[in-house]
Amino acid sequence: MLDYATLKLIWWLLVGVLLIGFTIMDGHDMGVGILLNFLGKDDTERRVMINTIAPHWDGNQVWFITAGGAIFAAWPFVYATAFSGMYWAFLLVLFALFFRPVGFEYRSKLPDPTWRKSWDWGLFAGSAVPALVFGVAFGNLFLGVPFRLDDTMRSYYSGSFWALLNPLALLFGVVSLSLITLQGATFLAHRTDGDLQDRGKKAAQIVAVVLLVAFSLGGLWVSRIDGYVIQSIGDVGASINPLMKEVGRAPGAWFTNYGKHPVLWLVPALAYLGGIIVLLTIRAGLTLLAFIGSSLACVSVILTAGIALFPFVLPSSEMPKASLTAWDATSSHFTLNVMLWVALIFTPIVVAYTGWAYRVMAGKVTRDFIVKNDKVVY
Amino acid sequence: MIDSAVVDLSRLQFAATAMYHFIFVPLTLGLSWILVIMESVYVMTGKAIYKEMTQFWGKLFGINFALGVTTGITMEFQFGTNWAYYSHYVGDIFGAPLAIEGLMAFFLESTMFGLFFFGWDRLSKRGHLAVTALLALGSNLSAILILIANAWMQDPVGSAFNPITMRMELTDFAALVLNPVAQSKFVHTVAAGYVTGALFVLGISAWYLLKNKHIEFARRSFRIAAAFGIAGTLSVIVLGDESGYAVSESQKSKLAAIEAMWETEPAPAGFNIVAWPNEEKQANDWEIKVPFMLGLIATRSINKQLPGIQEIRAKNKERIASGVQAVIALEDMRKNPEDKAAQEKFKAHEADMGYGLLVKRHAEDVRQATPEIIEKAATDSVPRVAPLFWSFRIMVGLGFLMLGLFVAAIWLSIYNTHQKHPLLMKTFLWSLPAPWIACMCGWFVAEYGRQPWTVFGMLPTHLSASTLTSASLWGSIAGFVGFYTLLLIVEMYLMFKYARLGPTALQPNNA
Repeated sequence: MLDYATLKLIWWLLVGVLLIGFTIMDGHDMGVGILLNFLGKDDTERRVMINTIAPHWDGNQVWFITAGGAIFAAWPFVYATAFSGMYWAFLLVLFALFFRPVGFEYRSKLPDPTWRKSWDWGLFAGSAVPALVFGVAFGNLFLGVPFRLDDTMRSYYSGSFWALLNPLALLFGVVSLSLITLQGATFLAHRTDGDLQDRGKKAAQIVAVVLLVAFSLGGLWVSRIDGYVIQSIGDVGASINPLMKEVGRAPGAWFTNYGKHPVLWLVPALAYLGGIIVLLTIRAGLTLLAFIGSSLACVSVILTAGIALFPFVLPSSEMPKASLTAWDATSSHFTLNVMLWVALIFTPIVVAYTGWAYRVMAGKVTRDFIVKNDKVVY
Repeated sequence: MIDSAVVDLSRLQFAATAMYHFIFVPLTLGLSWILVIMESVYVMTGKAIYKEMTQFWGKLFGINFALGVTTGITMEFQFGTNWAYYSHYVGDIFGAPLAIEGLMAFFLESTMFGLFFFGWDRLSKRGHLAVTALLALGSNLSAILILIANAWMQDPVGSAFNPITMRMELTDFAALVLNPVAQSKFVHTVAAGYVTGALFVLGISAWYLLKNKHIEFARRSFRIAAAFGIAGTLSVIVLGDESGYAVSESQKSKLAAIEAMWETEPAPAGFNIVAWPNEEKQANDWEIKVPFMLGLIATRSINKQLPGIQEIRAKNKERIASGVQAVIALEDMRKNPEDKAAQEKFKAHEADMGYGLLVKRHAEDVRQATPEIIEKAATDSVPRVAPLFWSFRIMVGLGFLMLGLFVAAIWLSIYNTHQKHPLLMKTFLWSLPAPWIACMCGWFVAEYGRQPWTVFGMLPTHLSASTLTSASLWGSIAGFVGFYTLLLIVEMYLMFKYARLGPTALQPNNA
């Protein structure tokens, strides 16, 4: 069995991997959903868009489910405190997500245009709301979330839903929204043809610029606010609870890790590289490369934020010492070890059959295909 | 002080959303295997009608599956949003099977779901059959892991309390996974799903036959459903008995309440077929009893005694008094971790700590626990009898009714005399809600019967909820009721529409 501190670090990385997996995989489905009503000019075009992701969106959504499950299993403190504290934010995401499974499955089962149009907007909400809220939630982590823990480790949240919608958090929301839209736009450019593909390419270029601008502004803003620092903590190689440490706040402290290890600056640099790859390749028609560039941006943006926060996961503005970190919000040594083996065995299997499913369904979706398979496809 | 209204509303919301989710789950579990059977026949015989059957029932499967997925996300969110202290207290153990479910089962099921519908022209016959089989396997694996998680709430094996992190932690992964309660529960529950799937196909096929539509299609579907259904029903009944045996080992309070057994009887105890439980008198107003039967079923012996409700409460009173000492010792240890006397006291009473926590419903500070309060907590420690007594009997009654239906269906199939028995065929159609009602009653028995605990003997329900306000709860309940009602209307509309269309729904220019 690996030592406890190493396992805690590995699980911080694994949660990161799951969030990145979610952004790349479910992200391109959500991106298509966001663009659905703006790029699809008629019902057939919208069906083309939906059918590029139809065979895969359900499997991809499991990245989201699994990330939630992994946080429950590996960081129970975080799962409990975040979900109950930001109650209405999570319910908003949940209610929005309701529209996706039924939207995909039901929209084309009746020919009525009002029926279909309504589901199209449902799919938009089910894609755009979660994409926005994830960024907003991340933004609030940088500001600290108002909660405290009592000595039985019960958490109390004292903020409101509306306080989550502050300007910094909304800027982060723009980052996540544009990141996920970019995934959708590059994917559409790769899997469609003709006018629709052209519109996808155009959208990708605009969104890539928005992403890089918002990402840069977010970084600048974070450098000007107070970050959190651990002043003292118990033995991170042992079983500890979140109240066994002292935490302070200092201006610019969110850049401490980058200051200590300058090589980490490569991570945010990759976000720019990803964006530039998109801009350079998409017009030349190298759409797969553009999708890879966009996915690189996903990896990099999430890691950039994670590294800045590390080891904090859920900083508390009301009771800084109760902040949840990768050292003291985790499961037991034994559970982390068991779950590591589970992850090491099953993640490659999942990636393998997901890859196979994409190969089976490879190729462009065309208007002809939709018309011919009217009763079979979404 | 914990707001009791929030706890009650959280329970209401969880019960409503979980039961709603379970409208869709059993049909997925059963229908997926029926699709595998139909497609296997297609691959083996090459007869196109079996492909048509797979595709048509697959369409109904998809309509149902979409809502199963939708309402399943709610369940994952809800432990965190509404049961935060529960999630903290047992996430170390309970979170593991949920995460494994995502990684091992739900990914498989969901990925294959897409290929099932869109892969017909892109995969070989055998390749597509493999996809369908993996879809069924994924959904059933998913059920195993969820039931492992639930079985741990019923019988918390393989874990220990950690006073530093103030929670239960996993000590034995194999014990968690191989929990005997999980095994009997799993087969009982998935078999209930098989029965649901079978009766769904049987009922709708009976309707086509009654209307003289799609005769060949319906006859074949009917036969497969009848055979699958009889196997399913027998498994449900046999494993239901096994579950009962497991409960008699781990949760005597649930068993006593189900049986309305107020006082301990000499072994082997009798079984109340019908009775009128009276909570105030702590007795049954009247009862019809089969001698010896309960003792034989629940203990599989003639001399082991089963405790009645009053005896269980009396024993629990002792455990509560002992548990209070554990809670006090733990408080002292938090103030001074080096306090040797407190450590020893904690060790002596640790096994009863959950019982001590039952007091917190009546007194926030357990040091204030008077004999009256302990008495009250002991009264709470056994769930109300009448709801359990009746829902159990409805479940069992429907189980045997469905067994009869499937036997009749087999007989009709063998002699091919569907048309001669229209009344029986109508019975199949009108029995469609039966498996769902039985499933709901079953889950009610399992979950309400565990009260007042979320984790039996360890964590009271009262302490498990999040620190939310009633206003938030009312808001979210309103949201769920609104969305779920709307979604159910849409789902039922499509289900009826496509069931009425029958296999013609697959041809162009229809629907």
